[in-house]
Amino acid sequence: MELFTNQILAGISTGAIYACMALAVVMIYQAIDHLNFAQGEMAMFSTFISWQLMQWGLPYWAAFFITIALSFAAGIAIERILFKPLAKAPILTNVAGFIALFSIINSSAGLIWDFTIKQYPTPFGSAPFLGSQLISTHQAGMIGVTFLLLVALYFFFQYTRVGLAMRAAASLPESARLVGINTSWMIALGWGMASAIGAIAGMLIAPVVFLEPNMMGGVLIYGFAAAVLGGLSSPFGAVIGGFLVGIFENLAGTYIPGVGNELKLPIALALIISVLVVKPAGLFGRAIVKRV
Amino acid sequence: MSTAVDEVATETAAVEAVPKRAMTLGAGTSLIVLGLLILAPLMVKSFITFQMTQLLVYALAVLALNILTGGSGQFSLGQSAFYAVGAYTSGILMEQYNVNYALTLPVSGILCFGVGFLFGQPALRLSGVYLALATFALATAMPQLLKLNFLEPWTGGVQGLVVTKPDAPFGLPMSQDMWLYYFTLVISIAIYIGAVNLLRSRSGRAFMAIRDNEIAASAMGIDVALYKTLAFGVSAGITGIAGSLGAIVVQFVAPDSFTITLAIQLFLGMVVGGVGWLPGSIVGAAFIIFVPNIAEGVSKGLSGAVFGVLLFLVIYVVPHGARQIAILGQQTVAKFRKR
Repeated sequence: MELFTNQILAGISTGAIYACMALAVVMIYQAIDHLNFAQGEMAMFSTFISWQLMQWGLPYWAAFFITIALSFAAGIAIERILFKPLAKAPILTNVAGFIALFSIINSSAGLIWDFTIKQYPTPFGSAPFLGSQLISTHQAGMIGVTFLLLVALYFFFQYTRVGLAMRAAASLPESARLVGINTSWMIALGWGMASAIGAIAGMLIAPVVFLEPNMMGGVLIYGFAAAVLGGLSSPFGAVIGGFLVGIFENLAGTYIPGVGNELKLPIALALIISVLVVKPAGLFGRAIVKRV
Repeated sequence: MSTAVDEVATETAAVEAVPKRAMTLGAGTSLIVLGLLILAPLMVKSFITFQMTQLLVYALAVLALNILTGGSGQFSLGQSAFYAVGAYTSGILMEQYNVNYALTLPVSGILCFGVGFLFGQPALRLSGVYLALATFALATAMPQLLKLNFLEPWTGGVQGLVVTKPDAPFGLPMSQDMWLYYFTLVISIAIYIGAVNLLRSRSGRAFMAIRDNEIAASAMGIDVALYKTLAFGVSAGITGIAGSLGAIVVQFVAPDSFTITLAIQLFLGMVVGGVGWLPGSIVGAAFIIFVPNIAEGVSKGLSGAVFGVLLFLVIYVVPHGARQIAILGQQTVAKFRKR
């Protein structure tokens, strides 16, 4: 029983990483109805920017907030310049665009900061949290920030005019335009927010997985798995999905023989496929009904 | 944040509809291309012959994806997984069981057809982005599955397998490279003709009906589930054969040759060649083999970025890929003839 609770705790702490990433994935899915395969790379690039700012002598929190602002602007810029012309193109073209973006960001980061692994500082310290060996103060901080973010997003979408406009633009673009919402800019705003959330996720994850251009590969897959499990249309579901995936991963590693580090990605795969088959809308998503 | 009202999905089509006749080349053009492909190795060095063989192998794999996406409208970012299964089937049969290389092709074709058909079952429930996601996960997981310990006696684990290169049979005076080129060419042509005929057949029309409007297709009595999984199976089978040929040509199979990068390359090859335009497969294959080299020539450190920029250019300037260029060329020729 001791082992079981410990594994669940450890699962929650890794789950926080996935939850952050899943939140960013869901944000952009809400805005544009596409999964952004370059999301992880965008987060990685933001993290590198914050690292660079710190190298130049800025304190952690200053770098943190400047990076968020920069990422927000960059997300909007990417949408305006690269993806707005593709808004009416088939999904296929969009996916190709995401892949191109992925390739460009990954390669540029490698050129600017090279591929060596870098340490990344944490503002929370890494002492054991409340005397537990499995969960450090950084991980506890990460969970805290994730929940803070979720609450902030909830209030933004539920109680502000812009949030309402964004929801309207996402669910019924035609009608939203008729009541005077600039749906095109709402999409750009979605990109900006997803990029900013991705930046937060990246900066929180970096102390755990270390900073390098390929740091997001595995995390993104788990982020996708979490988003799918929670339901791609629900930010709350994404966060819960993230924690569930983290717990599931740890329990599977402990109790199913033969599942070690090498099988971690196949587990994510199995999870994605079984969720999609059993409950395509995810745990908290809404089902999509097709009109004939 | 979810609305309680029923969502009405007015989905944009995943793939633009391509008319059946626009999917192939005319007889004259086909013959010219064929002639060039037959004569080419007589004039170039053996390394270039080797590269051209690879080009054909990739073209086959892109063709397979084109049948799936251009034909039946389903996505796949997981073709590398089927390619890997094919390559390993050949590698294992040839090296561990001493089977003749030519006989391993049908085996991997059938095996991959089975695997693809089975994977098509869960894929039935998915469309668009979700399908891309599921296949993406499949491609990412594949190298790790191949590295599994208990498979090591067959797969050779992380080390992979070395495959012996076959000699030209019947004492033909040909180098190994040239023989492999012609061997690959014959198989590619056979599969290309098969694919063209498949898309012109009853099944092909069923694929396209599903691509254009699933609900209408099922209303017309098409067994949507059967044909969708069938498309997956056929596509996986051809990819498997391409994988086998790839293993024989490169003489080496290892888990890390079949990462998500390969799947993405094949996907890009299809986009560049023109979705649903079968002859475009070879143009797409040329793009994925030669453009990274060009990109590296432009700037070594930034090759990925240059590649990405080129891809964006293709998407903006010629969104229908090589098909668009071919149609443009045809129209110009027609104009000159009128004068």
